[in-house]
Amino acid sequence: MEDLGGLVVKFAVVVNEGPYTHQASDTAYQFTKSALDKGHEIFRVFFYHDGVNNATRLTVPPQDERNVQKNWSELAEKHSLDMVVCIAAAQRRGILDADEAKRHGKGDGSANIAPGFRISGLGQLIEAGIQADRLVVFGD
Amino acid sequence: MSTLHTVNKSPFERGSLASALAHALPGDAVLLIEDAVVGVRAGETAAAQALKAAMPGCAIHVLGPDLAARGIAADGVVDGVTIVDYGGFVDLAAAHDKVQAWL
Repeated sequence: MEDLGGLVVKFAVVVNEGPYTHQASDTAYQFTKSALDKGHEIFRVFFYHDGVNNATRLTVPPQDERNVQKNWSELAEKHSLDMVVCIAAAQRRGILDADEAKRHGKGDGSANIAPGFRISGLGQLIEAGIQADRLVVFGD
Repeated sequence: MSTLHTVNKSPFERGSLASALAHALPGDAVLLIEDAVVGVRAGETAAAQALKAAMPGCAIHVLGPDLAARGIAADGVVDGVTIVDYGGFVDLAAAHDKVQAWL
């Protein structure tokens, strides 16, 4: 281990597991929050496989319980995070933005992507792997 | 060039800790998170023995909040294992060149 001496590291984070499944989304959130608190940079958070389920605005967990989706959305707003949802994984699991809902004829109001998330492709994961200093993966 | 290996499943359930330890090179570090933290309990388990055997060359860390969540006391872990918080996890990820998750 080297002494970083205040060096800013550019992290990319991958989340491969949905909320309330096991612990990966929670660990990824705590890691991301901690990295930002320490002054590091988060290049992107990429949600893949069941991880796309973190991005639905329709979750309604009990009020005395943590709200995984809201935690991510609030962190994104506070730090202008780029949170990308894999389009193919999202379509399989019914995570749609307005454009995708329209394209697939799902009707007005069926877009369910939560604030702070955007739908894009795997190229965004590849780019994150190239641009970031460290790619940190969380999953099951 | 060094790698931080993260392991998140119990060594009593899956072989990911054994895989990580088998691939870790001198100067690497292994961080046990989530259910993997049960592996650092001191005792005569195969996991504890494997961690002790790995430690001369490879630093072993465990995520404190996950230990606490599972009721494992800080003084009940294998000697030499370092307990870190999420900030410590970030420091480890920053200090090594790569992070390899053994999912």
